[in-house]
Amino acid sequence: MRHELLLIAVAIVLLLFDLIASARVKKYHHLIACTLTAGFTVTSFLMHEETSSVFGGMYLDTAMHGLVKSLLAFGTLLTFLISNTWLAKPETAIKRGEFYVITLFTLVGMYLMISSGHFLMFYIGLETASIPMATLVAFDKYRRHSAEAGAKYILAAAFASAIMLYGLSMIYAFVGSLYFEDIAPVLSSTSYMCLIGLVFFLAGAFFKLSMVPFHLWTADVYEGAPTPVTAYLSVISKGSMAFAATVILYTVFGNMVDIWQPIFWWIILITITLANLFAVRQQNLKRLLAFSSISQAGYLALGIMSGTAMGMATVVYYTVAYLCSNFAAFGVIQAIEDKTGKVTLADYNGLYGTNPKLAITMMLAMFSLGGIPFFAGFFSKFFVFAAAAEQGQYLLVFLALLNTIISLYYYLLVVKAMFINKTDAPISTLKTDAYGRIALVACVLGMLFIGLISPIFDYIVSISFGM
Amino acid sequence: MNFLSVFVLIPLLTMAALLPCRNIKQLRGVMVAGSTILLLAAIWLVAAFVGERNGGNTAQMLFTASVTWFAPLNICYAAGVDGISVAMILLSAVIVFTGVFASWNMQPQTKEFFMWLMLLSIGVFGFFISIDLFTMFMYYEIALIPMYLLIGVWGSGRKEYSAMKLTLMLMAGSAFLLIGILGIYFNAEADGQGLSMNILELAQRHIPIEMQRVFFPLTFLGFGVLGALFPFHTWSPDGHASAPTAVSMLHAGVLMKLGGYGCFRVAIYLMPEAASELSWIFIILTGISVVYGAFSAIVQTDLKYINAYSSVSHCGLVLFAILMLNKTAMTGAVLQMISHGLMTALFFALIGMIYGRTHTRDIRELQGLMKIMPFLSVCYVVAGLASLGLPGLSGFAAEMTIFFGAFQNPDTFHRVFTIIACSSIVITAVYILRVVGKILYGPAVNSEHLQLTDATWYEKISLITLIIAILGVGCLPFWLSGLANESLAPIIDRLAATI
Repeated sequence: MRHELLLIAVAIVLLLFDLIASARVKKYHHLIACTLTAGFTVTSFLMHEETSSVFGGMYLDTAMHGLVKSLLAFGTLLTFLISNTWLAKPETAIKRGEFYVITLFTLVGMYLMISSGHFLMFYIGLETASIPMATLVAFDKYRRHSAEAGAKYILAAAFASAIMLYGLSMIYAFVGSLYFEDIAPVLSSTSYMCLIGLVFFLAGAFFKLSMVPFHLWTADVYEGAPTPVTAYLSVISKGSMAFAATVILYTVFGNMVDIWQPIFWWIILITITLANLFAVRQQNLKRLLAFSSISQAGYLALGIMSGTAMGMATVVYYTVAYLCSNFAAFGVIQAIEDKTGKVTLADYNGLYGTNPKLAITMMLAMFSLGGIPFFAGFFSKFFVFAAAAEQGQYLLVFLALLNTIISLYYYLLVVKAMFINKTDAPISTLKTDAYGRIALVACVLGMLFIGLISPIFDYIVSISFGM
Repeated sequence: MNFLSVFVLIPLLTMAALLPCRNIKQLRGVMVAGSTILLLAAIWLVAAFVGERNGGNTAQMLFTASVTWFAPLNICYAAGVDGISVAMILLSAVIVFTGVFASWNMQPQTKEFFMWLMLLSIGVFGFFISIDLFTMFMYYEIALIPMYLLIGVWGSGRKEYSAMKLTLMLMAGSAFLLIGILGIYFNAEADGQGLSMNILELAQRHIPIEMQRVFFPLTFLGFGVLGALFPFHTWSPDGHASAPTAVSMLHAGVLMKLGGYGCFRVAIYLMPEAASELSWIFIILTGISVVYGAFSAIVQTDLKYINAYSSVSHCGLVLFAILMLNKTAMTGAVLQMISHGLMTALFFALIGMIYGRTHTRDIRELQGLMKIMPFLSVCYVVAGLASLGLPGLSGFAAEMTIFFGAFQNPDTFHRVFTIIACSSIVITAVYILRVVGKILYGPAVNSEHLQLTDATWYEKISLITLIIAILGVGCLPFWLSGLANESLAPIIDRLAATI
């Protein structure tokens, strides 16, 4: 519970600061927000969670929960770091305080969702995360795309959570309780009510994970949302749901594993294939990364599907690697979009000539997302494949592996644009923002060393648990 | 960390040393220093290895070291060498060394070029010293990715298309390979022991035959793609033709050998039952590679394409020999890997040098080069003769051993295919002699070519080193085949146990 309490404290301090502080002090608004979040992140990494429960079992905590929360906090910090120049624009500068507070409150929602031991708690967390998220997506409300994306997101999210709620009510009708520990032993694969409950729950989870066929909102929302918010959506929102879904599938729906594993099998296959094929044709980098993030969610789900402690470890590890890689990519996009407004693939032609550091960072991110050694993405992909292969899912792993070739193609297209393509009017040499640079350096270090430093993986495995 | 890790560290340090360099002279200096140290280290390794063996050390792998990396999966950073890997390391060091001299005037972005080249060699050396499947696979992939930019940025012709094709096809190969590795890893569980990725430990275990039937073809195919196995060879002509000189040298000379090396070190060694059962499929494919590659070379007009198709043919022969599953043929395969690596590097170096002067690789536009650049031309003839298997040069020793070994198989199927593969020698002679006659001899008709100069000193270093190596293999093949022979013994033993 300490994570949540501390986080709420930080959020309230920032809220009060926004209300009370004078214009002179507000010059340091971003610095203060980042420092507080950084302080929170460090503290949360240092806090060691014991297995515990609060509110009579509605709220559960383990060491793994603590780790995932710390990672999400780190991701939020990165979001803040890359958003400075965007927030400094005249349209957003007046409401920058709201950005920090709303983001932190969505994070509180995710924390509650992750740690829930009761479906009501889970649902409250989910909604606390979703509804403010829509306001973040529509943060540039005078930009048509952003407003449109916000509307799309809130409508789709409301629909998805309605379906999930319906599923949960089925489970309640069958079991008579919403406590995880009461539900788990009673569920059976033969009852239609349980089946509907499971499938509808999965639909809601897949929506958040943007798995095909629940992905249709993704590309538009990612494209329309301000880039830091897109990064936040694609990593933090997704990562938190991946972990929450893993825990619930393992602890609540463990009895029905023979039902949800085949569902995962097909959904993963469709997700990876379709998303990769769509990504190939994208010209807008944010859309390209949107489809890439859909396919990445498919790979992540390979870890969830295996149902073992190793599977959970690989899910978390994958999230770590994906966090660094995706934030690096979005950090570069953000830096360039802010200064020039350019986001298409063709705009990146010849980037290496003018902005070598940004180009190299982007290249590393692409390689890491594509699973090239010795970047973090290689190890994370290898481990999810290993976790799935351990369960004998060789065919699925093989198909997923073939899909990595397609994904490598469009990742290489980005590299090709930056390093090989020639153009008369490349993006001029940019001076990047100091905060953004810190974020990019952190991401690059993460990509380079997370895989090589094995104790990280060992630690994650040591605290993970299976069905 | 042990002595072998030096081969990964030296390129890594060279990359670090390249960073602060300001002009091309410094870059060259660093590269020459780095590659010379590599070469010396490789020679030292051979000496140390032979010394150990003569001293009576009969362990299968020498200089072994193993550091646990990912404990939960029992993945280790494990290094060790046997005679074959030692020979391959020496070959790689020679090619990297000569490649540096062959790319003396690489422009533009020289620093980046050398950085990627060194990353490529990290992958290559790392692959040969690994005895853990995970690290082996990791290095394999490290060796693939620099190719994309090396060809895409510094290549010629349809470079972007070729670079993408090569990268994606080889990555597809590595997808096959990874599923094969996972299959081996999870199915080779011995009683009471955990899973292992270590090749030496895996060799003590038994993989169920039904699993071998699935994973042997996948693994073999995975490595086979890199070894230009028909019909997955199409990346090779385009890729090699578009790549800059040093990259073609390194890629055709060393990287393609990763395929052959992996085939017997992983696919055949760890899954011998399936290997003897299913080898016929791949014998047919490699038979096609050998003959088809040679025929394709005949009709090409671009020097690089000729050599690339000839590589398909010769590398097909390597896989063909491995699949004969006996000691003589496999020894021949090792010799052929070394021999082909050296002579193809020589070819590509020469083609690069000729192209740098005449700005054409079209054999219809070249004539009478012997008068204009005698040194380069003589080297070309030597390379050609080695390629068509003249006794005294490396090609003869290798091909002779292969066909001798292949014919030892008593059944008709193997013999028919051996005869078919043998025919490639004749075809090779056709395209080699045709090119030599066409571009080197006759009158020099193009007046612009008359002004051209012969090889410079750095080009000579590169060429002479390679020719000495070719002569060395050709005249003293027993030294190499001895190295290979004893290292092949465990593989042959495992194969023999299955019959």
